[in-house]
Amino acid sequence: MSNGKSILVDTSLCTACRGCQVACKQWNNLPGTKTKQVGTYQNPQDFSSDTWKVVRFADGKKEDSKPYWYFFTDMCRHCIQPPCKLSIEMTVKDAVIQDEATGAVVYNDKTKKVSFADVLCPYNIPRQNPKTKVLAKCTMCFDRITNGMIPACVKSCPTGAMVFGDRKEILDMAKKRVDDLKKTYPKAMAINPDDVRVIFIVTDDPKKYWKSAAGG
Amino acid sequence: MTNHWIDIQHSDVILIQGSNAAENHPISFKWVMRAREKGAKLIHVDPRFTRTSSKADFYAPLRSGTDIAFLGGMIKYILENEKYFKDYVVNYTNAPFLVNDKFEFNDGLFSGYDPGTRKYDKATWTINKDANGIAEKDFTLQNPRCVFQLLKKHYSRYDMETVSKITGTPEKDLQTVYEMYSSTGVPDKAGTVMYALGQTHHTSAVQNIRTLCMVQLLLGNIGICGGGVNAMRGEPNVQGSTDFAILSGYLPGYLAAPRASLPTLEDYVKKNTPKTSDPRSANWWQNYPKYATSLLKAWYGDKATKENDFGYSWVPKLDDGQDANILNMIDNMYEKKIKGLICIAQNPAGSLPNSNKVREGLTNLDWTVHVNIFNNETASFWKGPGMDPKKIKTEVFLLPAAASIEKQGSVANSGRWVQWKYEAAKAPGDCLYTGDIVIRIVSKLKELYKKEKGAFPDPILNLKWDYTDDKGRFDPVKVAKTTNGYFLEDVTIGDKTYKKGDCVPGFANLQADGRTSSGCWISCGSFAQDGTNLMARRKKDDPTGLGLYPQWSWAWPVNRRIIYNRASVDLNGKPYNPKRALLAWVDGKWVGDVPDGPWPPMSDMEKGKYPFIMKPDGVSSLFGPGLADGPFPEHYEPLEGPIEKNPLSSQLKNPVMKIFTGPCDKFSGCDPKYPFVMTTYSSTEHWCSGALTRWQSWLTEAQPQVYVEISEELAQLRGIKNGDKVKVESARGSLPCVAMVTTRLRPFNCGGQTVHLVGMTFNYGWLFPEDCGDTANLLTPTAGDANVGTPEYKAFMVNVTKV
Repeated sequence: MSNGKSILVDTSLCTACRGCQVACKQWNNLPGTKTKQVGTYQNPQDFSSDTWKVVRFADGKKEDSKPYWYFFTDMCRHCIQPPCKLSIEMTVKDAVIQDEATGAVVYNDKTKKVSFADVLCPYNIPRQNPKTKVLAKCTMCFDRITNGMIPACVKSCPTGAMVFGDRKEILDMAKKRVDDLKKTYPKAMAINPDDVRVIFIVTDDPKKYWKSAAGG
Repeated sequence: MTNHWIDIQHSDVILIQGSNAAENHPISFKWVMRAREKGAKLIHVDPRFTRTSSKADFYAPLRSGTDIAFLGGMIKYILENEKYFKDYVVNYTNAPFLVNDKFEFNDGLFSGYDPGTRKYDKATWTINKDANGIAEKDFTLQNPRCVFQLLKKHYSRYDMETVSKITGTPEKDLQTVYEMYSSTGVPDKAGTVMYALGQTHHTSAVQNIRTLCMVQLLLGNIGICGGGVNAMRGEPNVQGSTDFAILSGYLPGYLAAPRASLPTLEDYVKKNTPKTSDPRSANWWQNYPKYATSLLKAWYGDKATKENDFGYSWVPKLDDGQDANILNMIDNMYEKKIKGLICIAQNPAGSLPNSNKVREGLTNLDWTVHVNIFNNETASFWKGPGMDPKKIKTEVFLLPAAASIEKQGSVANSGRWVQWKYEAAKAPGDCLYTGDIVIRIVSKLKELYKKEKGAFPDPILNLKWDYTDDKGRFDPVKVAKTTNGYFLEDVTIGDKTYKKGDCVPGFANLQADGRTSSGCWISCGSFAQDGTNLMARRKKDDPTGLGLYPQWSWAWPVNRRIIYNRASVDLNGKPYNPKRALLAWVDGKWVGDVPDGPWPPMSDMEKGKYPFIMKPDGVSSLFGPGLADGPFPEHYEPLEGPIEKNPLSSQLKNPVMKIFTGPCDKFSGCDPKYPFVMTTYSSTEHWCSGALTRWQSWLTEAQPQVYVEISEELAQLRGIKNGDKVKVESARGSLPCVAMVTTRLRPFNCGGQTVHLVGMTFNYGWLFPEDCGDTANLLTPTAGDANVGTPEYKAFMVNVTKV
């Protein structure tokens, strides 16, 4: 496999405008689901077969008692060694494609034969369509990136918090960015850059952003 | 904006106050974050900790409605710690000017106040002039009657303790913000202010913004790269609506609306053309008569002649003292003085304050026409909550409009760039350009007036109305060219001759004798002489390297990207900050941005001009006698506030704010029935009253229902849990919604008094989706700014209870 592609998500630049959440639905023809206000800006509350990208909102108090508000535009990490692929293919072969050129991890209809409870994902990403039983998640906009375009979520980002490119360059960019951020935020880090293609940069403990931000 | 979006990246310190830029102007954060990556510091001052605050280097909480106290404290800090940019203040502001000995300020009131009329007589708010009519000055700034000393005295009362008592901002936070921001008062640093409706939706709105301007002038931050006072206008086309006078007090290009006591064009231009005796002041508004005549020629064409005063008598006149702004319009509708209403791209039943009053007012109309892309709460008011359709006589017409991307035309952004756009998609079904709808209505009116005459047909019959193409459709290019203006006969200016029919290539060429037309003088130059549409340019050349992109679209005025740019150089025309040289006088000419006038720099005693060319004195006004509520901004409480006594004076509220007294206009003071401050706003996911965005399932999915944000402390006090159903109530209305309990809101400590503040968006309406709730404007008061009548959406009193 070539070095493939990667996405850098620098949460220090993310303003949670949710352009990416909407762009994902627009490109992938996913419907808006019926939600309710339950006391948070975050909605939908979680992934579903109709929602592959969710901006998670976490507020709290810092040591100096001033508020913080962290945003985590959650999505499939497109792991280098995807546990979902391994676990799914224990029972069904060829249900998960890991693209040679890009490294994108893409599910197909054969996933409907899998026992959903046995699907492993440290980031709790895949969801099952309740009717068709097919598993669903982000495809890295496979149909876009194999046609010379960048993923819809990256395209929509107004601040440049998301960048798509060759993995090597993204890894370099991530390292440089973390070094820069550390001057202001000593806890700045890239989350599991060696294991995943979608690399999040955070400036505080990942668990403060989202319980599965750094995996389970 | 004095500057433009891309320029934000050049700031060293960014102060966002009265704006939630990250949420309401998401793209602005591209440039804010770029500035931060280069080392800039971002300060956010706001009642709530928002998505903007989350990205800030420093966040300071502020009780809604107390910006002048906060910024007045900053002025005191800047003056007393000598953080101001002295060269700039002495030469480019009226700080050295001597003020009328009779001008005074006592206990919250300036000289000349009449409590009977609730107005000021501004006779004493003047600058002393010498025998030649030139302002008397003391360049040492020591004279106790100079503006600088009066300013210092005025804000000496705004000490940190008093300010903190008013704003609820901890003193150490005030100290931090003042220190951080005033660090830009040196030649090689730039500080920018980004503001929006958080400053304008108050009864002291204009003074809020003036205080920001004064801070910027003291620090030498106006006219420079990375500086400015930057109003972020929104998608509702606020920039376009002010440029083109979709406001009751103006004609296009910020000309004044004529008054009944000015019966002739001569009276009108005499009243509105400022004079100066100072030969070094360009006094650009001396050209007022040229712009006024050219406007009349654009409207009435050949029918406008010198003999008939260019049709001035056909322009509607406001009565003297009449205020026709939107709050008065609704009040008049409520009082049954208005019979019909045309609403284009508006949803006043959700967006205007005191919705119950607005909705009641709509029932008094004989007819109403709505031009929109969707049905909304205004067009359907007759079947709304509490309405009995059988008892409502109003006839409602809903005309389907094309959406913005389905139309060719110009769009003005906040940075004054006017960008031409093409029709990206055909409008569906019977949807029409708004322009086509207006063309058809006026053409029909013309036909009817011609046939049936009527009381005063001239203004309609004499309108030049040639804005259609060969198929009879609205032609946006024709309208835009009329807006730009034409030479109406061969005209020679200097050594250049322009042919009849040429586009006027800049407003310096406009004439007061009827030989030119221009529908909006500030747009003059948007077309080249040969008719090339400069707004459609898309070249990315960047000769200064500062991101001015002079060949990308066109900016008013005359493609100047940063206005007042002559204040970025010293008296010799040398840039104060050579690293970001916006303009420089090199070998007898200006290099860089389009300068504010061609004259040499001020050190040329013969030909040099002062930099603030739109001011009659040629300098900017720290003392500004033009406003209705005082030459220096003073803190007053909102119409409804939680504080019984103003710590700064015995004047609790703005003495000249606009208030109404009808049966729907109920107000509460410090009433225990309504103990909490409420502020209202919009979200990223919805647009204004939500009339467009609530039909979009991806957006309603993200923000589905009306909510009230409350602090954990208030939640505990009221026994409310996150997600509970609650009722929010003001003296004017009530609204059920969902409680969002959050650490992002915290009670304010205002001199020992705990003040709770809650917040709601006005994005929802009863029409659709069914369970989304209704607008927060059911709660807001009909009260407006003393000068321009902007409603006080941002600070009033409510109660919140669990249901």
